[in-house]
Amino acid sequence: MMGAAPVIELRGVANRFGRLWVHRDLDLLIAAGELVALVGGSGSGKTTLLRAILGLLTPAAGEVRVFGERLSGGGQRRERALRRRFGVLFQHGALFSALTVFDNIAFQLRELRCLDEATIRDLVMLKLDMVELLPRHACLMPSELSGGMVKRVALARALALDPELLLLDEPTAGLDPDLADGFVGLIRALERELGLTVLLVTHDIDTLVALSTRVAVLAERRIVGYGPIAEVIGIDHPFIRSFFGSDRSRRILVEAGLR
Amino acid sequence: MVRARAAGLADADLPRVEVTTREGGSGRVTLTGRWTLAAITPRIAELRQQLTAIGGDAEWDCRGVGALDSAGMIILWRAWGQRLPQVLEAGAEHRRAFERILVTGTGEKSAVAPRRQAEWLRDAGAAALDFGGHLADLLALIGRVALDMLHVARHPGDMPWREVSANIYKSGVRAMPVIALVGAMVGVVLAYLSALQLQRLGADLYIVDILGLGIVRELGPVLAALLVAGRSGSAMTAQLGVMRVTEEIDALATMGVPRSLRLVMPKVIALAVAMPLLVLWVDVLALAGGMLAAAAQIDVGHQVFLDRLPKAVPVANLWIGLAKGVIFGILVALVACHFGLRARPNTESLAANTTASVVTSITAVILVDAMFAVATRTIGVP
Repeated sequence: MMGAAPVIELRGVANRFGRLWVHRDLDLLIAAGELVALVGGSGSGKTTLLRAILGLLTPAAGEVRVFGERLSGGGQRRERALRRRFGVLFQHGALFSALTVFDNIAFQLRELRCLDEATIRDLVMLKLDMVELLPRHACLMPSELSGGMVKRVALARALALDPELLLLDEPTAGLDPDLADGFVGLIRALERELGLTVLLVTHDIDTLVALSTRVAVLAERRIVGYGPIAEVIGIDHPFIRSFFGSDRSRRILVEAGLR
Repeated sequence: MVRARAAGLADADLPRVEVTTREGGSGRVTLTGRWTLAAITPRIAELRQQLTAIGGDAEWDCRGVGALDSAGMIILWRAWGQRLPQVLEAGAEHRRAFERILVTGTGEKSAVAPRRQAEWLRDAGAAALDFGGHLADLLALIGRVALDMLHVARHPGDMPWREVSANIYKSGVRAMPVIALVGAMVGVVLAYLSALQLQRLGADLYIVDILGLGIVRELGPVLAALLVAGRSGSAMTAQLGVMRVTEEIDALATMGVPRSLRLVMPKVIALAVAMPLLVLWVDVLALAGGMLAAAAQIDVGHQVFLDRLPKAVPVANLWIGLAKGVIFGILVALVACHFGLRARPNTESLAANTTASVVTSITAVILVDAMFAVATRTIGVP
């Protein structure tokens, strides 16, 4: 990678709700091609941080840059062009309930206003195939999908514009272990194939070990550890000890040859 | 390599199509640059034109392609007539990607069913069936509420008093200001309008008869019902609709709380109680507005107005008005709940059902009012 401009760059970010500081002086740099897992205790502000990166929330202080650029300012066209470069998978899918699976995935492609319907149809079918769904699923409504299918469709929608950056909020939460494994495999395969940069928020140590090249630990309103998982588990911090030190975590880490 | 921005692509990154024709042989197409969505979209028309101009037997050289994403692949794939060209030179990675589309075979499926003949007949049939379905569902709901009433009569402990009271407050008490305003204004307008006509005939005093009968018997109940349908009916539909979307109704059912007893019946009872009271409220305000306007416009003072009112309007009219209030209240609540429970879990359906709820209840109120007018034409008319 030449000119290693970080894909995500957070400097001195602070967020607060009323008088409660969620983040303070938080720094995080994510380089292109990384698969970073963001972990943290419940209520530590993982989703808030994700929302700040997405530009859904303006931090009280500090700077958020994605692809080296600020998210806001410079007019609607520039903002749109920038946002098209990342795909987001929301925790509950956030599919448009009034649109079919096909229209959900086609939505952003149609918004480009330069592709014809036949091309869009082929692209949607290709995306469906990528997330291992069948063409007949295309005409279902989101309410007719199972939980795992909702996540797959949401992933296909996030991938519709071939983004360079993928943000995943709890990609495996609410999936049974089998499905979760399948989903992790899917994301890995896509990452290999498409060369994505991925930031995922997760609670699940299985997902974390299987997917991430680096782990960022969010605690005490900042990133207390950031690095390859083998490095991070060596950090002496109460949250890291309890998160990676539980019986289940130990077992998974041993299996993965990290402990 | 850092991915170039769509806006500032370097010259070498621009997707290009170059056609060279060899002697006696077929054409040879050389593709270079980045074939990604961001790079293609600014020049899509030009590229597509160039690609379609190329014959089917051309040789393709994709070795110079810097990057290829699924959009680029699909555009090339379509230019090739949805198959791999006979001669394709491409990097192993890109070739694999193309072969993947071959496996998917995207081209053959058509998601849209062709429009069949006699579509209007099908539509008419579907509409009739839909209407029948609505009637059946509404009837079932009425039956359900009646059974709930019987149940509550036998087990008074199961009566959801709290919900009834909350609904009376929400759809009755909270509606009083707006209904008062509308009622008073309609009273004033009606008084001015009739006063002008009556003055010409020299029948000033009959303004009391017109206002009294018109408001107590017809306008009061209908006005109150229309306002409640728009205000509370829509709220009830939206509430039940969202509860269906978020599966709260299913959650209630699994806790052994029947949805009709807890959600529908309290609304029906609440409106059956609140509506006649609102009718009374709108009657008073509208008559007061009319009385003020009458005093201002023609010489019918307050004392005269109030003295004449009981003689002009037999008390039966008040009972008719209140009875209408009860019926309209039940009607509005039932229609609102019916549409709320039919909402499917998506935003579009929620919007459609809320609209349908208000339109249907207003129409039903007017229809029932007309039926009332015919049925009670001999009662309470002096």
